[in-house]
Amino acid sequence: MGDLITMDDLTNEEILQILDDANILLPVARGELYLPLLQGKVLGNLFFENSTRTRMSFETAMKRLGGEVLNLSSIGSSVAKGETLYDTMQMVDGYSDIAVIRHPNQGAAQYSADAVDIPILNAGDGAGNHPTQTMLDLFTIREAHGTLEGLNVMMVGDLRYGRTTHSLSHALMRFGAKLTLVSPKSLKMPTEIVSDLKSHGGDINETIDMASSIDSADVIYMTRIQKERFPDEEEYNKVAGIYKLTAGDLGNAKSGMIVMHPLPRVNELDSSVDSTKHAKYFQQAFNGVPTRMALLCRGLSVNVPRKVK
Amino acid sequence: MSEMRRVTAICNGTAIDHIPSGNALQVLKMLRLDVGRSNPISMVMNVPSGKMGRKDVLKIEDRELNQEELDRLALIAPKASVAIIRNYRVAEKRTIELGSELVNIVRCSFSNCITQNSREPLPHKLKIISSEPMEIRCSYCGRHQNVDEMVEFII
Repeated sequence: MGDLITMDDLTNEEILQILDDANILLPVARGELYLPLLQGKVLGNLFFENSTRTRMSFETAMKRLGGEVLNLSSIGSSVAKGETLYDTMQMVDGYSDIAVIRHPNQGAAQYSADAVDIPILNAGDGAGNHPTQTMLDLFTIREAHGTLEGLNVMMVGDLRYGRTTHSLSHALMRFGAKLTLVSPKSLKMPTEIVSDLKSHGGDINETIDMASSIDSADVIYMTRIQKERFPDEEEYNKVAGIYKLTAGDLGNAKSGMIVMHPLPRVNELDSSVDSTKHAKYFQQAFNGVPTRMALLCRGLSVNVPRKVK
Repeated sequence: MSEMRRVTAICNGTAIDHIPSGNALQVLKMLRLDVGRSNPISMVMNVPSGKMGRKDVLKIEDRELNQEELDRLALIAPKASVAIIRNYRVAEKRTIELGSELVNIVRCSFSNCITQNSREPLPHKLKIISSEPMEIRCSYCGRHQNVDEMVEFII
């Protein structure tokens, strides 16, 4: 099965293999080379919730590999008329060879995978998992540091609702990372995730203070406080704007430290950081293309050649 | 068996012994025997037990529990022993085994889980991660389920 629902679907060896494949596919992702590995295949891009980068990078990835893309958004489709996810998936199963799904309800990706035979790639389910984001994050980290082993990683912001950090923390733990989780008390990483991480021997420090850990970090992973996940505006206003990383904060940072952000950003990551050597978030956004190419190939059981050109 | 003398022997039905002390009412609820039934039910709570220190016992007359109902029981009384009584004798002994997954017994309690849409047709599935301590997660959304509150979410 080529499903990717959570990072638990991949062994460490498979993760590294996919990152190697993505690396090989870089010239294809940049458009320097056309490699139609997925010619004749159709991707169902199912976004029941808004997306810019994930949706576009999957579409680019499929097209650069010679495949076709069907797009579905819930607005104006039968979903808006009350169709069940099960029924929608039966239709998609008939129209495409592989599907990417983003859905506001947690568990929607696993539910879809149970409902149909085609491979399902989870592109975010509620506040649940977002493993393809994790894979591109790991690609970006390995690209910068040459390894995933034993890094000091700081995650900052909304760790409660931010699905990106849930998947990434699990994955990094498996490679022996030391995690510093920085968030306001109301947006702490869910206890079941923290206890999971700790039970796997994770070295975890939870704090509300961002400044004191910057200098020892190899990676600072900023996240947006997500307004749309708050039950009411008052709760949001209490914590919005609590963290803001600026170029001035990075004076004593390690020279190889990278700043990442799944984007979009609001105020938590100042544009003054953009011109520093640490800024990697736009590169990270591009890395979605080669990584998702490699994941599409895995899903469709197509081998990526060891060498291209 | 002094505690068994607290209630009279039943002619036909089901005796559930070794329920964790204080859980008998929850067991009744989970078995959906707490309302709308006319069969006599006897309950003793907090009686001494060699095995458990204290335990609860239930005797349900004129009702033989089936395997699906026993699965429900496994959630809050996994070590209970069940005897089917026919004509004052133990006709069958049934043990409760907590399987690896609970299918269509309890729904996920998380308000944003995909299974909250009652029109979605796939079965409700909860995965047993460990039995001691009891750790249960939704097979779809992965959320931890609060075992004490699960009785509220019985299907």
